[in-house]
Amino acid sequence: MRFGIVRFPASNCEQDVAHAVTYLGHDYTYIWHQDTDLQGVDAVVLPGGFSYGDYLRCGAVARFSPIMGEVQRFADGGRPVLGICNGFQILTEAHLLEGALLRNRGLKFICRDVPLTVEASCDWLDLPKGTQISLPINHNEGNFVCDADVLERLRANDQVILRYAGEAPNGALDNIAGICNEKRNVFGLMPHPERVVDPLSGNTDGQSFFTAIAAMMQEIGA
Amino acid sequence: MSIINDLSADVAPELAQELGLKLDEYEHILEILHRTPTVTELYMFSLMWSEHCSYKHSRKYLRLFPSEGEHVLQGPGENAGVISVGDGWAVAFKMESHNHPSAIEPYQGAATGVGGIIRDIFTMGARPIACLDSLRFGSLEHPRQRYLFEGAVAGIGGYGNCLGVPTVGGEVYFDDAYEGNCLINAMAIGLMREENLTLATASGVGNKLVLIGSTTGRDGIGGASVLASQEFDEGAESKRPAVQVGDPFEEKLLIEACLELLHKNLLVGLGDLGAAGLTSSASEMASRGGVGLDIDVTTIPQRELEMKPFEIMVSESQERMLSVVVPENLDEVLEICERWGLLATVIGEVTDTGNFVVRAGDEVHAEIPALCLADDAPIYDPAMSRPAYIDEKAAFDVALVKKPDTVQELGKTLVNLLASPNICSRRWIWEQYDHQVMCNTAVLPGSDAAVIRIGNTGRGEMTNHAIAVSSDCNGRYVYLNPGRGAQIALAEAARNVTCAGGEPAAITDCLNFGSPEKPEVYWTFYESVKNLAEACKVFGLPVISGNVSFYNESFGEPIYPTPVVGLVGLLDDVEQRCTMHFKDAGDTIILVGETDDELGGSEYLSVQHGIAAGEIPALDLELEIAVQDAVRAGIREGIVKSAHDCSEGGIGIALAESCIAGNIGANVALDDELEATSSLFSETQSRIVVTVANGDVERLLDILSADNVPYSVLGEVGGDRLIIENKIDLSVAEMAEPFNSSLEKLVAGE
Repeated sequence: MRFGIVRFPASNCEQDVAHAVTYLGHDYTYIWHQDTDLQGVDAVVLPGGFSYGDYLRCGAVARFSPIMGEVQRFADGGRPVLGICNGFQILTEAHLLEGALLRNRGLKFICRDVPLTVEASCDWLDLPKGTQISLPINHNEGNFVCDADVLERLRANDQVILRYAGEAPNGALDNIAGICNEKRNVFGLMPHPERVVDPLSGNTDGQSFFTAIAAMMQEIGA
Repeated sequence: MSIINDLSADVAPELAQELGLKLDEYEHILEILHRTPTVTELYMFSLMWSEHCSYKHSRKYLRLFPSEGEHVLQGPGENAGVISVGDGWAVAFKMESHNHPSAIEPYQGAATGVGGIIRDIFTMGARPIACLDSLRFGSLEHPRQRYLFEGAVAGIGGYGNCLGVPTVGGEVYFDDAYEGNCLINAMAIGLMREENLTLATASGVGNKLVLIGSTTGRDGIGGASVLASQEFDEGAESKRPAVQVGDPFEEKLLIEACLELLHKNLLVGLGDLGAAGLTSSASEMASRGGVGLDIDVTTIPQRELEMKPFEIMVSESQERMLSVVVPENLDEVLEICERWGLLATVIGEVTDTGNFVVRAGDEVHAEIPALCLADDAPIYDPAMSRPAYIDEKAAFDVALVKKPDTVQELGKTLVNLLASPNICSRRWIWEQYDHQVMCNTAVLPGSDAAVIRIGNTGRGEMTNHAIAVSSDCNGRYVYLNPGRGAQIALAEAARNVTCAGGEPAAITDCLNFGSPEKPEVYWTFYESVKNLAEACKVFGLPVISGNVSFYNESFGEPIYPTPVVGLVGLLDDVEQRCTMHFKDAGDTIILVGETDDELGGSEYLSVQHGIAAGEIPALDLELEIAVQDAVRAGIREGIVKSAHDCSEGGIGIALAESCIAGNIGANVALDDELEATSSLFSETQSRIVVTVANGDVERLLDILSADNVPYSVLGEVGGDRLIIENKIDLSVAEMAEPFNSSLEKLVAGE
């Protein structure tokens, strides 16, 4: 099982994702944003960070990186694409996911563990609906918004995968913390599951994210 | 080629004076050059010989610090010190001030402070793995202080978060003494393999000087001399243009590109452009290598039009690095920089003349022996005199203040202290910092010391080793007793690291004082340094890097003398880390050390009575070391379940904090026979509150007795109230609410 982790300039969680997948016994390949070859990886991860400094809207520049054309094709082919934090922002900018991420309500960067509820499953996460988990968030722009039509569609299609339990720390619409696309193979979320895979953090709630996809891919391979 | 003589002999001294050079310094320049200096040369000298760059008022006594030890790979004199942490791994660390820029423009001042210290770390070949920030402001009752505090925290977060370097610790104090001159001290720690240790040295005649990173503008011109080496007065606001603006995106690219260049052995030397810009990094690299440099300023990419050679040479534009490259490697270096989207330009080369030559094409604007610029600054031995206030303040009789004596009054006092600015939870701050990135933070902020596992996550280079880090300094103590106060700063930093399970290994320091030209201020500096050095020797702790920040004054009033100590300790096994929170009901609570009646200089006196006076707590270094060794032994044996040092607010606050953090109560009795207020809030040093499971009590008491460490068994963990017999009876919830919410309310001006 080989994960392709895309490095944009000023991505800064790529080593965290690499650590998580190697901890769980998988391989990874870093993929440079200027490349146009996904090198045969089984799944693509857009990691957290501040691509291009995020001086413009977060992810607005990264979506034009040469590699994003390949990511688009990979996703169109039904292969799994995960965007974490800045990766989620890039996926919305690239229209692989709907909605947008605004500045946090309260206008402050927030780094803390938050309680979340699993609302549905996707290729990346097969915990039963209603499961309570705790994951760290670490962002300045996690305030999810979309128009009413999109929200209705997201709900109707069970595309809302994760919701903040209780009040959303960043003001996200409908407490949305993570969504997938209609085909359920592209998943974006603001929390960082990769940071809570290694038990050093005192929490292993992130493990189920990566084991789910690996198991599924193995089935496909077999 | 000939020197451009753009100054006449009668104008030059005037410009020299304007730039802050003293008359004898100007005359020394004439002796070095045997001619009238040019404008460019005067600017270069004025910056390199400024207090900030030359340490001319502190150098003599900094030599008192021990700098060698079993772990030390690189002591002071480089961009950062380096210690070995086992198995071929090493950490580089240093602390530096960015006080004056932050007092004018807090966001950018603090942000570029982080940027500067991070560059010092990766310049050594180390990947930055942690930051700590030591902050001081005036009272949050004043809107301007809230603006400075909020801006500085946002700036630290805004810069550090983008870099992907976790900010894991630090401290903040609020006191009127810092109202006109806040302190922003940033400490960074980096990790490397020992063989990757790189020095900022230029060598190899004919090698190319390659400037990497941002373009050069007029920002920050004179930062080191105008801002850092003068006191504040009414004109401070007008100095705003001398504050640099940070670009963390560029810095992140610099980190990645420079580490790649270093690890591929493509660089001969690397230095960062900090205070005094290119002048400083180039002359220091030349001086260390014993070579000359020839730089053509017209080759340097500029972001503004018609910049003069002197402006280019002293610009403090951020995010720039100077590297030395052998000609054969030049193409590969330029190619790697381009891949990272960084400008890289050949701006000159290494020569055998020993002279630092600055040209604009064929016109020579400066020709100075590099050694003189970097190392020939005068060394002063300023006058000193013991300030009269020391005895007056020490004579204050704490017995005169009215103290609470009922359980209700004592409870109110404890809650009030828990909510006070210097004791309440710092969560509001560290939740604005990414403190987890890199997946190595094993003990998060909020405990006594942060613990960071050693290893490169994601590169398959993991170890079980870890470091514990803390920074400390109670400025009020140092004000009341500069010598002992400085020693307590070290003792507390070591105690904090010990509580996390770390064995203190080395320190960095950031010595913040007023004007060294005032004998009374200088005496406090001398006393602090001399006593800190002595304590370091007793602890066996080398000082491997550091920074001095003088002229921290506003309107003639100096800050509290504030020698901040940043300490790094080692854990062989990260699983042996310890935290401060109470764990399980039934665990036995033991006080290691004993409490004396020492309310002088305490947080209790300050918060409840508005008094900063009295004799500060005694410090017995031998006892301190014995207490720490015993507690560490207990942690390593795996029997100590929590450890928390008693500092500001005494054992009353320490017990409350361990309850709040563990969300569990405790039932204890203090048998020190002191009156209640002293018993609870006395700040006697060398005390640590630990818990052990019942079955391990005897074993811990054996360890303590074997080393003749005083202790008392206080009681046990459990319930949802903190009950201190005859003194305190409060629910954990009624302590937690004010403790956790206070800072946010203070910032909001509530």
